Amino acid sequence: MPDYDFSDYLQFLISGASTGSIYVLIALGLVFIYNVTGVINLAQGEFAMLGAMLGVVFYKANLPLGVSALLAVICVVGIGALIQRLTIHPARRAPEVSVIMITIGTAIAVRGLALLVWGTTPHSLPDFSPGSPVRLWGAVLGRQRLWIVGTAAVVLLILYLFFEFTLLGKAVRACAIDRQAAELVGVDTQGMALLAYGIGAGMSAIAGIVIAPLTLVSYNMGLSLGLKGFVVSIMGGMVSAPAAVVGGLLLGILESLASGLLSSGIKDAVAFVVLFAVLLGRTMNLGEHLRFRGRS
Amino acid sequence: MSGRSRSALLLAIVLAVATALTGCVAPATPAPSPTAEAVAPEEKPAEGTPYKVGFLAAITGGAAFLGEPERNAAVMIQKQLDAQGGIVGPDGVRHRVQLLIHDTEGKGDVAIPVAKKIISDDGVVASVAGTTSGVSMALVPVFQEAEVVMVSMASSSAIVEPVSERKWIFKTAQSNKHTAPWQVRYAKAKGYTKVANFYVHDAYGEDGASAIREAAKAEGIEIVLEETFNAGDADMTAQLTKLKASDAQALLVTAITPAAPVLTKQFREMGLEIPLIHNHGIGMKPFITLAGVENAEGVVFPMGKLVAADQLPDGDPQKQVLQQFIRDYEASAGGPASTFAGHGWDAVMLILKGLEKLPDGLSLEEQRTRLRDEIENLKGFAGTGGVFNLSPEDHVGLSPDDVVMVRITNGEWEYFPPEKW
Amino acid sequence: MTALSGRWSRRGRWTGIATLVTVLALLPLILRTPYALSTLVLIGIYSIVTIGLCLLMGYAGQVSLGQAAFFGLGAYGSAILTTHLRWSPWLAMPVSAVFTAIVAYLIGVPIFRLHGHYLAMGTLAFGIIVTIFLSEWKEYTGGPSGLPGIPRLTLRGTPIKTDLAYYYLVWAFAIVALIIALNVVDSRFGRALRAIRDSEPAAQSLGIEISSYKLRTLALSAVYASVAGSLHAHYMIFVSPNACDLDLSIRLVLMAAVGGLASIWGAPFGTALVILLTLVLREIIPLLSGYGSGEHQIIAYGALLVVIMIFMPQGLSATVSRTWRRMGGLDGLRRRLRRAP
Repeated sequence: MPDYDFSDYLQFLISGASTGSIYVLIALGLVFIYNVTGVINLAQGEFAMLGAMLGVVFYKANLPLGVSALLAVICVVGIGALIQRLTIHPARRAPEVSVIMITIGTAIAVRGLALLVWGTTPHSLPDFSPGSPVRLWGAVLGRQRLWIVGTAAVVLLILYLFFEFTLLGKAVRACAIDRQAAELVGVDTQGMALLAYGIGAGMSAIAGIVIAPLTLVSYNMGLSLGLKGFVVSIMGGMVSAPAAVVGGLLLGILESLASGLLSSGIKDAVAFVVLFAVLLGRTMNLGEHLRFRGRS
Repeated sequence: MSGRSRSALLLAIVLAVATALTGCVAPATPAPSPTAEAVAPEEKPAEGTPYKVGFLAAITGGAAFLGEPERNAAVMIQKQLDAQGGIVGPDGVRHRVQLLIHDTEGKGDVAIPVAKKIISDDGVVASVAGTTSGVSMALVPVFQEAEVVMVSMASSSAIVEPVSERKWIFKTAQSNKHTAPWQVRYAKAKGYTKVANFYVHDAYGEDGASAIREAAKAEGIEIVLEETFNAGDADMTAQLTKLKASDAQALLVTAITPAAPVLTKQFREMGLEIPLIHNHGIGMKPFITLAGVENAEGVVFPMGKLVAADQLPDGDPQKQVLQQFIRDYEASAGGPASTFAGHGWDAVMLILKGLEKLPDGLSLEEQRTRLRDEIENLKGFAGTGGVFNLSPEDHVGLSPDDVVMVRITNGEWEYFPPEKW
Repeated sequence: MTALSGRWSRRGRWTGIATLVTVLALLPLILRTPYALSTLVLIGIYSIVTIGLCLLMGYAGQVSLGQAAFFGLGAYGSAILTTHLRWSPWLAMPVSAVFTAIVAYLIGVPIFRLHGHYLAMGTLAFGIIVTIFLSEWKEYTGGPSGLPGIPRLTLRGTPIKTDLAYYYLVWAFAIVALIIALNVVDSRFGRALRAIRDSEPAAQSLGIEISSYKLRTLALSAVYASVAGSLHAHYMIFVSPNACDLDLSIRLVLMAAVGGLASIWGAPFGTALVILLTLVLREIIPLLSGYGSGEHQIIAYGALLVVIMIFMPQGLSATVSRTWRRMGGLDGLRRRLRRAP
């Protein structure tokens, strides 16, 4: 193992935190969807991929970067709602396993569609703010990484404001806490399910777009992102947003350290070993007590 | 009969009917090449038995980036074959040639049943098969057992070695053992004594890494750090951080897109200033756009001469072939040519050259055996990857002289012979 | 509950098996091409896995999204023992199966503390970890590119390599697997399983030791998967982590679900249907869209998964027996035939 100094450890930490932020964004979408609809959406990663792909499409059509990003997110929100209506809604009374399989089937179909439309060639987006990387005590922080962490923070803030201070946000929270009670007070739970899927998809799309300049955009980038995001959401028992935030950052950093200190090959395994550990470490009761409160 | 056994009977019937459909559907439709049912042969003198040649590439899946150009090259050749009515044997008999193009998805377990099908059901006389080293290795036992020629388009030397166990297997891509020495030689010429060896975690990467180790030993260069990454990895900062902390003076890489451009991008982002020496896996233009022109600037790597076809000296036997290939490919496929398309082209051409030596009237078994012998003794064939000189000891037929160094300058490939180093 | 779960009369069951055996024995006379036979071989191999999966999911009620891991362990176990250590394939197969069963027990202890989604996700994670492990342990497993050149199973000295011979071999195994599973289902063990599936607290109150039953069923399904994996390895003479990844786990659940999770008889048919559908897609789609059909297949497969889960969550056998009953069964068929001119 090479001789590491402080700046190297800092480097691992920073890279890990920025990757972790992506996981957080995707996990939050998952947690959100689960809280409102009770569905574990294993197609969440594909929304990230779609966001990135559509961003590339709009950008190549000569729209400015910011506009492309915005349009892409809006499109994916719509797609998310559409998918909810077409695939989840008809199966609302089906057993859990069936619904999980449905989301998997959706993920596969979306991936295939992306392959058909955009082919196998990876695409890329330019850095949001081109320029030399920022140096911090010897560690290098690419500008895009700052964007990633910053975007995640902003999204969290917006979510917090939404849930805490808007009527719609409170209605969604009501759904998450107790669907029947929410219905009794006049909340449209079907509509909430649609909204939840749309917003969850949108959050994923944001994650996809903001990571696109750093890694490349290809039709199968969603698979691994979705799985990692899913692991993180489980850390919060699928219901707790704050746990997802902490968990996501932690996972990113753990992966980075494992890769640096042990071997790069086991990086992917880290997420699943962690998943295993988390699943075994928790009991059902704990999960139910940490309900999603929309606080970040 | 009780209700249960009634259901069982019913289901047994359903199974029988359902599997009968397999019989109806499957053998009747080999995947058509897009210009199948082509030219209605007009009155031609002596038309012999048509030849079927398989073409298995990773058209979808992780290696599709390589397999698609290969498939395009095959399609291009099929069009040319149809236009000229096939090939002519030594006895003047014309034979139509049909390429059966199939997708392996880059996976051995998809490729193997497809290979078995074209061998036994379709009766191919030979097949091009294997975009990646992994799939090629999986197919080797299948073709060896069936005693049918297989020409791979992948890099790993293990595909054709040991020759005693690879009687029926050939390949057209330069081996890592032809290209790795160039990477090391460049490092040595620049005075570096300590290098890092990064490679992608699959058969191709392993083969490249071991070729680099051998070459480094021969040149007296020390490898101070070895790291791997997965073909689909998005984040290599951990490995690059280790690199920064080491005392390597240059980075040697064995990887293909998409890992290669991601690595390059993040390499620059980390502010590393040591030279970046890739291998022939990045021999396609999209590498430059994906990594970013500024990031790719200064990257050096060995390549088949396709890269710099126009900059070759006029006496080079490959120059004309390459220029013609580039023209034809761009007209047919509508995109820039790459070395991978070249590997596909070379592979089909090898088989065609062999077929041209077969007289009419042979049985399928005889055709297969004689074809193998003809290909094994092919000499002086100027293809896109190099000048092929095959022999019973050498089923690749290329040498390090078929490879040149290239430097990426201003977003273009610049021919980089040793004089310029 | 589907008509095919529940209790069978002895005679009914043996009639059914005899019918199946006859059909299977005669099938190669109609379908002779190696391609058709190799498809049937694959159907047979995967049926063994799905039968085990039915026991686990349909009878014990435990979701498994990681069954491919056991399949992979069996396949790689056979592969490594026969290539690196040069063991006889017939010895390697049971040894791998025992090893896989042990792994199943070890995994089962922690994993069965989870329920519902969490259990499903635990099995998912387990499956992925195994795939990564197989891919990383390069010296023995050959890494991501797999391990080629696996020796064939031999019968009295001659290697079994033609598709026809393998067909008979595999289906012999499959029939045995079927009979064993049917016996299990019909026994005290099977009744206990059903009690656990329907209500764990109630089963516990009857004195059934839940975790022991779950573990044993998991181990049994693991053995099934392992044997199938070994057969697959000797058939393809090649193993790779691709062949036993999450994708396969999902396909296996789909096959089991299509056949009807609680139906042992449904398992081979569900398997056959899913494989045939994939095959039909592979053949038909190139005709519609020219070359490069891979993308369309992927889309169609995903869409199919969704549609089947929405409309046929109880599986094929339920739909079939429902339709059969609605049509009046065998008597109804006779009546209709008499009425027709």
